[in-house]
Amino acid sequence: MATQSQELEQLVKREYSAGFVTDLEADTVEPGLNEDVIRFISAKKEEPEWLLEWRLKAFEHWKTMKEPGWAHVHYPPIDYQAISYYSAPKSASDGPKSLDEVDPKLLETYEKLGIPLHEQEILAGVKQGIPNMPNVAVDAVFDSVSVATTFKDRLADAGVIFCSISEAVREHPELVKQYLGTVVPTSDNFYAALNSAVFTDGSFVFIPKGVRCPMELSTYFRINAQNTGQFERTLIVAEEGSHVSYLEGCTAPQRDENQLHAAVVELVALDDAQIKYSTVQNWYPGDEEGKGGIYNFVTKRGDCRGARSKICWTQVETGSAITWKYPSCVLQGDGSVGEFYSVALTNNLQQADTGTKMIHIGKNTRSTIISKGISAGRGEQAYRGLVKILPDADNARNYTQCDSLLIGDQCGAHTFPYTEVKNPSAHLEHEATTSKIGEDQLFYCRARGISEEDAVNMIVNGFCKEVFKELPMEFAVEAQKLLGVSLEGAVG
Amino acid sequence: MLNISNLHARVEEKEILKGIDLEVKPGEVHAIMGPNGSGKSTLANVLAGRDSFEVTDGTVEFEGDNLLDMEPEDRACEGIFLGFQYPVEIAGVSNMYLLKAAINARRKHLGHPEIDAMDFLALIKEKIQLVKMNEAMLYRGVNEGFSGGEKKRNEILQMLTLEPKLVILDETDSGLDIDALKTVSDGINALRSPERAIVLVTHYQRLLDHVVPDYVHVLAGGKIIKSGGSELAQELEKKGYGWLGPASPDSVVSPEAVKSQRAEQGV
Ligand SMILES: Nc1ncnc2c1ncn2[C@@H]1O[C@H](COP(=O)(O)OP(=O)(O)O)[C@@H](O)[C@H]1O
Ligand SMILES: [Mg+2]
Repeated sequence: MATQSQELEQLVKREYSAGFVTDLEADTVEPGLNEDVIRFISAKKEEPEWLLEWRLKAFEHWKTMKEPGWAHVHYPPIDYQAISYYSAPKSASDGPKSLDEVDPKLLETYEKLGIPLHEQEILAGVKQGIPNMPNVAVDAVFDSVSVATTFKDRLADAGVIFCSISEAVREHPELVKQYLGTVVPTSDNFYAALNSAVFTDGSFVFIPKGVRCPMELSTYFRINAQNTGQFERTLIVAEEGSHVSYLEGCTAPQRDENQLHAAVVELVALDDAQIKYSTVQNWYPGDEEGKGGIYNFVTKRGDCRGARSKICWTQVETGSAITWKYPSCVLQGDGSVGEFYSVALTNNLQQADTGTKMIHIGKNTRSTIISKGISAGRGEQAYRGLVKILPDADNARNYTQCDSLLIGDQCGAHTFPYTEVKNPSAHLEHEATTSKIGEDQLFYCRARGISEEDAVNMIVNGFCKEVFKELPMEFAVEAQKLLGVSLEGAVG
Repeated sequence: MLNISNLHARVEEKEILKGIDLEVKPGEVHAIMGPNGSGKSTLANVLAGRDSFEVTDGTVEFEGDNLLDMEPEDRACEGIFLGFQYPVEIAGVSNMYLLKAAINARRKHLGHPEIDAMDFLALIKEKIQLVKMNEAMLYRGVNEGFSGGEKKRNEILQMLTLEPKLVILDETDSGLDIDALKTVSDGINALRSPERAIVLVTHYQRLLDHVVPDYVHVLAGGKIIKSGGSELAQELEKKGYGWLGPASPDSVVSPEAVKSQRAEQGV
């Protein structure tokens, strides 16, 4: 049986193919965190005084906070003074105005990642790795700065603003000021406070009243420089009756040290607005011995501020050494809807503590949680979910389903569902299953002519199909590829 | 087609097959009978290539090739089909998809393009009628929540769809009611042809009333202790395995024991 599980381990092992390092001249600040560093970042970005004050206040608060210790993850203490809080590719720090000004090496990097940066290529829709993406606008964040945003003109025609958050601070300060920190306050948690103090870039999206965003919006994040943290901040505002679908993809080079990623994402949906936020996260997970890899400590929260608004989080998490992430919905508007669909894969020594929070405040609010955890190797995974029904939330409904799939017998899966119900009319349903890919299942498939690898893919794919069907079409392919599965049609 | 010579195999240090010799030619139907624990499933699994069974001696040739060198999926693609005694459930993977993947794996192996979606649908609709299964079952997870009889019908459906050269059915008749037994037998008979060989592993005579074998072998204590024509099965039914004398102490089964086994299986 030992050889059997070894074989299984072999099967789920994939080389990390995005692990190259780009050799760029970078503008990096010395490691360490203090007021001067924050002033430096703010000055680099030519920020208004109010934002600097906001950062400094967050920093003051952060200094009084303790790193959370409740998650089911283990790692040596992080020295926050050993991290550099700003790194920008040299040429980009002078602000590229068009793609021509972007360092060709950078473009090469994105090409390796399969990101269609050149608008012509996107329009042509032929790009290796991500086929048929004619309708995707891309913002690329490299270490600390956004390097290029595509399709700006077409979006502007529709009234949509899609740019880096630094640019938004310069060009649309009133919008940023109105919404920044209103969903995730600076004092929300340790990592959110840190992010608020030192965030460097990220994306900003604004969809005006009644507009359906004419294309998928997408951001690719990549951490390149050594010893830097990445602290991006994303803010998406959907005004009354508007719709937007947004996707983020993430990769990082293969390095022996751990790198910290502490992002904050805030979503605001006004009356009848809908935001769909999808993540395909493939940060470097570390090697087989658990050396290196990204620490992904992220705060993502959506505020269904308006009546009948809807926010849907879909995530496919295959990377990172440690993931600490709970995309949440605050269902304030009456009749608002929150959804969370997640596939998380942990392999080798990866650890993931992930889940969601659904906070029902308005009446007739509904939420759905579908979480699929796959553990292989010695991966450890926890689902942690909170469904909270406040006293005024009459007729709130939640459906939660948590399924775990174990591959081999050295991995673990844990489920921590919490509920807090303060209104008796609430209706909550919870289902949970744990299954294992067994030798007997694989042999059954092989005896039908299907190779072991295809059999594993087929079973994993079948396990995840409820989540994959929530991803934008163009990216479902990528997600499946990431899980090492072919698209043969096992889904369906 | 299949040539087994002096085959020895063990599982977890325990020797189970102790020298099997068997030759199966195209067009033939062989029945392998024998008491519980005599090694019938072990033989079937060894032929299909399950690696928890270790072959310690002997050879197996399939169409002149060394079968023991081949991976299970290659054996299947070359045309060997094992109908499992206990078909496993695979949640989330639809029955239909497994079938399509199996067909395409074999086509790929033979250098053919993937089957056309419409052709596949037509094929499966034709075959499913033969086994009298509800079409809705195609869209359920593989064997997920199927009754014992439904699982066996599903094995037969797979067999009919894949049209293998060598069929090995491990107690496909166990746990079937009379109607299902008839359906399954009809399925097997539909596949009988001069190019194809069938090996039926069974406890009981009753399947052999419907699918009349050319040869019957009695496996006991890891060896074939007697071979004969279809009349051997009838004799066994009357007299029990004990009649053949103790090949090894654990293979002696009285007619009473056979009867109680039958009761257990709900026959
Ligand atoms: N995986 C296994 N581990 C240990 N013993 C096994 C295993 N599979 C079969 N055996 C043993 O091998 C012998 C033959 O089993 P089997 O081939 O299933 O017999 P049959 O199909 O004739 O009833 C039995 O004694 C059984 O207990
Ligand atoms: Mg058996």
